[in-house]
This record gives sequence, structure tokens and C-alpha cells, in this order.
Amino acid sequence: MSFQITIEDTGEQYACSETKHVLAGMQQLGKKGIPVGCRSGGCGVCKVRVLEGEYASKKMSRDHVTAEEEAEGVVLACRIFPQSNIRLSVIGKLNKAVNR
Amino acid sequence: MAMTGILRPGHVQLRVLDMEESLNHYVENMGLLETDRDDQGRVYLKCWDEQDKFSLVLEPSDRSGMDHMAFKVATEEDLSRFESNIKNFGIETTRVAAGELNGCGERVRFTAPAGHTFELYAEKEQVGNGISTTNPAPWRRDLKGMEVIRFDHCLLYGDNFDENVKFFKEALEFQLTEQIVDGDLQIAAFLTCSTKAHDIAFIRSEESGKLHHASFLLGSWEEVLKAADIISMEDIPHETGPTRHGLTRGKTIYFFDPSGNRNEVFAEDSYVYPDSPVLTWNADNVGQAIFYHSRELVDSFMGVTS
Ligand code: FES
Ligand SMILES: [Fe+2]
Repeated sequence: MSFQITIEDTGEQYACSETKHVLAGMQQLGKKGIPVGCRSGGCGVCKVRVLEGEYASKKMSRDHVTAEEEAEGVVLACRIFPQSNIRLSVIGKLNKAVNR
Repeated sequence: MAMTGILRPGHVQLRVLDMEESLNHYVENMGLLETDRDDQGRVYLKCWDEQDKFSLVLEPSDRSGMDHMAFKVATEEDLSRFESNIKNFGIETTRVAAGELNGCGERVRFTAPAGHTFELYAEKEQVGNGISTTNPAPWRRDLKGMEVIRFDHCLLYGDNFDENVKFFKEALEFQLTEQIVDGDLQIAAFLTCSTKAHDIAFIRSEESGKLHHASFLLGSWEEVLKAADIISMEDIPHETGPTRHGLTRGKTIYFFDPSGNRNEVFAEDSYVYPDSPVLTWNADNVGQAIFYHSRELVDSFMGVTS
């Protein structure tokens, strides 16, 4: 089953299967709204706030998401699997290029 | 004996979020061999051609990243000598008891200026590489996945960059092999304790103590391509490659473990001797220094650590 994901910041929308994490769903369709890093819950660049919608989640590194944040829907997009349509806003950032 | 002091990267301990997924990655997909477990839930792994009992320790955790990287020194005297070098540099050391890691002797532990924990040790149980030492076969027939040969190096991001490089050169007696410079500012430093192109590398960063990647050796470009096939077959998060680095000339591919720790497998890089000149890449050529063919930096490669 597939659900509609809406990225508030860019207005981008895409369909994501319940078997794929929200970041994989985005990447697969060539969309760019959420920064992509490790895709395994370890680097924190895909951090988002879920504004609306249900999801299942996998363990995410506590360096990037505290238990309190997770309880409020602040999560890593690469660790959540949609169970309804989802509306989210982006928190994570990629540090660009070398430090010079 | 030509090689003395610090001999090689002995092991890296990585924090993992899910042990089962991690073992599937490192054992089934990359081809490391499990050698032990302990009562803290840590799992010990080695690459097939290593003699010592382990070169990778996976530690169950609620965070990702590197717990520590350890180097093997030649003798107990070296261990004491480096311990006092480190103290004289103004950095505190502690001793970790023999056996705290299964099969590993006493370790000298310290935090380098860039914020990473390192350890030195002189003893580790040798279990062999599974090949007879008399009339040895060239390879083993029972290996899985990418068949990584050895744990080779880590690339780390950290602050206090200049002090950190000075520490590695002066207190730990590493040799600078290659660097990226922006005018007077060193942005990247590749350092060796042996004749390898690097045993460790650092990138200047505002963050302290981050892991960029842990790297494992393969035998050939063909094996790098086979690794790329496995990455796709097994749906492993892929980042860049197969390609060539300008720095070190290595032929390489990057991907992530199931906790978001970046891995590299590579082959056919260069080498140095103590009298080799330092190779310098200018910041204007940073794209080529890192990815020799595309000559373009990859955002996630530059910006993502664990
Ligand atoms: S992409 Fe690294 S935590 Fe999601
Ligand atoms: Fe590397």
C-alpha cells in the first residue's frame, strides 16, 4: 500500500510504499526536498518534523534524535515507514563542501 | 626489523543500532569472519587475511559512530614509550586492563586533539588467517560477499585540526603522506605509521570526534566492481563509486552500514617510504583530489559523518 508524502518546505509530493522508508521513497522518484545521507539512521541529515500522519519507525541514533523529540514526531526520514498520508517539514541540513 | 613503533591500525570499535542487521552487513555482505562475543554484547570480527583475533568490534548502542580506533605497537617497551610521548604532549592517558576486549592485551587509551578516542596495545591473540604457514595457499575458498582482506584505515573529521596533525606526527611518529591545502591552511592530512599511503586521515571540521569512514582492503579493481554489484543486489545504501581517488590513487567505492557508519572498500593505492616527498593537492583541485574522474565533490560525502 502506498501513501502520499508532502514536504511542507518545498511543496513536493510523492507516493511512498509502506515497505519503504520516507527518504527512500523520495530518492527513488528523484525528488530532493529532504537531505540524503546514510539512509540508515546514523548521520542525522534527514531529520524532519512530522506535522500530520502515522508511521512505523526503526531505531535512530540518539546523537540526532532524543527520546523526547521522537515522541513529538521529530524523526529521521530514513527510519520511518508511512502508515497514512504524511505531511512533514525539514529540520536536517547537509554541511556543504570542505571547511575552508 | 625495519618497522618499529606503531605497526598498523589494529582494530576499530563501531557503535551499531541493530546487531543482527550489522552482522548480516559485515559478515554476509562484506565477508568478515565472526571470531568471538562478550558479555557486553560486543561481537568481534576479523578480515580473512588478518592473523590477529579481531580488527572490528561491533558494540550494541543507541548511537552510531566510532567508539575508538586502536593501533598495534611492536613491543611493551613501545607501549610505555608512546604513553610517555603522549603525556609529554600534554594529553592524559589511561590504561585499560588486559582482557577488557577478549584476547587483547593492556591498552593505553587517550583522546587526540580532534576529539577521537584512540588506543595502543602491544599484544593480541593470533588466530591465523586460515591458511597453513607451510606451503601456504594464496587464498581461502570459504569466503562470503566482498571478501575484504584487511581493515585498512579510518578517515575522521575533527576540530583542533593543526594540533591533532602535530600530535600524530610528533607524539605518535606518523608520517604525512598527502595533504589538501588552501593557501597556508591544511584541510586534509593523510598520515601513515607504515609504508601505506595512509593508516589514518583527518579532514578539518568544526565538529569534534566524528567518523567519516572505516575502510577495508580488496585485491583489485575487479573486486571493487564485484563489491558494487553486491551493494546493489543487497540494497545497501550506496554513496559514490566505483571510481578513483586522486589522493592515494586508490580505486574505491563508498556505502553505509545499517547504522549509518560509512564504509569504504578499495584496492591498488600507492605507497611511501620514510624519504618519500609529501604530495600536495590544492584546494582549487579538491574535486579531482577526492574523485579523480568526475572532479566534483559529492555533498553527502563532504557533509555526512557519524
Ligand atoms: S540519511 Fe542519515 S540519518 Fe537519515
Ligand atoms: Fe579511505
